Amino acid sequence: MDTWKASLSILQNPAVVTYLLKGVAFTLVISVAAVALGLLLGSVLALARNYCTRGPARVCKWLAVGYIELFRNTPLLLWIFICLVFFPVPELLSRRMFGLSSVEVKLMFKAAVALILFTSSVIAEIVRGGLNAVPQGQFEAGHAQGFGTVQIMLYIVLPQAYRSIIPTLLSQVITTIKDSSYLANVAVIELMARVKQIMSAAGQYNGLGTTNVSDVFVLFGFACAVYFVINFALSCLVRAVQKHKLQAQPAAV
Amino acid sequence: MGGLFSPQAWAMVWAYRATFLHGLGNTVQLAAVGLVLALALGMCFGLLSTSGKKPLTALARVYVEFVQNTPLLLQMCFLYYLLAFSGNSLGILPTGMIALGVYHGAYLSEVIRAGIQAIPRGQSEAAQAQGFGYLGRMYYVILPQSVKIILPPMVNQVVNLIKNTSCLYIVGGADLISVTYNFVTGVNTGGAYAPAYIVSGLLFFVVCFPLSTLASVWETALKKRDARTTAARVK
Repeated sequence: MDTWKASLSILQNPAVVTYLLKGVAFTLVISVAAVALGLLLGSVLALARNYCTRGPARVCKWLAVGYIELFRNTPLLLWIFICLVFFPVPELLSRRMFGLSSVEVKLMFKAAVALILFTSSVIAEIVRGGLNAVPQGQFEAGHAQGFGTVQIMLYIVLPQAYRSIIPTLLSQVITTIKDSSYLANVAVIELMARVKQIMSAAGQYNGLGTTNVSDVFVLFGFACAVYFVINFALSCLVRAVQKHKLQAQPAAV
Repeated sequence: MGGLFSPQAWAMVWAYRATFLHGLGNTVQLAAVGLVLALALGMCFGLLSTSGKKPLTALARVYVEFVQNTPLLLQMCFLYYLLAFSGNSLGILPTGMIALGVYHGAYLSEVIRAGIQAIPRGQSEAAQAQGFGYLGRMYYVILPQSVKIILPPMVNQVVNLIKNTSCLYIVGGADLISVTYNFVTGVNTGGAYAPAYIVSGLLFFVVCFPLSTLASVWETALKKRDARTTAARVK
């Protein structure tokens, strides 16, 4: 029982708790940024894959198809490793910020790029699903009203597509928060990496000099709880939105 | 560019081809055993969540919510360290198989639940009226109809399962990604980044692309057929 008390004392150490909570903040910021930028890139990819079907623009379609299929069928970790070696970091970012050393900032930037690229391929398919759900008649009606193709996209099709994929996008935030734990593999400073770091030095923090099973339970249990609270709240939100959507349009059938 | 255009780097990858194939073998093995475990768990909890009995449904709910809302990597680490520090380490591959099986079991259980719930209630009631017990009802009436709804998303889960074998890296795994990383950072083999990553990515792509294409083509075909039958019924 003593080891349990010692393990719990790790979480009473304010320095450790602040360190871990900062990790939570990094996890959230990286994930939200990845989904936001992924949505941008993914929308472009989805539009290219869906609508660049005629003439020389077909090249865009094939590029988008290649990109989406390539990223969807290879693991995220591979792309993290690739970006770590090959992705250039702009001068602006290779300095100290957010209380991180310049090496850590560079690492975070590269790993976040990998996460954005990977997420964008998944979001592209989600957006495409939304675009395909917009009835063909909407395009024809838009044309009949004198809208150009770009205007139809901006004012008629995309708003409807985005609205219909809100729940799926929220689930994608959950997936991305979970995926961001892969960044721990390259020692980026998000929650998972920090928990693992504390874990590897648990013997010092619990004051016993040795690492015990109870440390595993306390530290990883803490991380589990944090991830669970965030993701469960989000998944409840997803369900609420879905329910609202079903009630809002019962006459669609 | 990390040896992209260097013949020596490519030659080195070729010389170590057995290493890559061994990594691929481990990944496929992990995915196969993980899938069997996930199927067993998914079937159990899928049936529990459609049983209509409160405590059983709640049990399935807790399993699914807990597993789906925490990262696989964390579960993997938890399990691995737990076994290691309590002194009964199973080795990396079996630990990975269990972690993958439990994680994807939750996803498969949701897929199976959705498949069973898509079958109209009347089917189950009609079977009951004919004197079928629970198992007979499931085996002869409900599951044969659910299979076509279940299979396409299940194939997608298999693709994810194969990609997720890379979670073993964090505990020093033996899967394809870990093998590739050890290759490019190894003392004797280091430096051939581009060729090694291309080969590793290609191996994953060759395995995953046919599966994910099959899943999406299948799904579209099913949707079209459903739309046709609904249209025919309306007429």
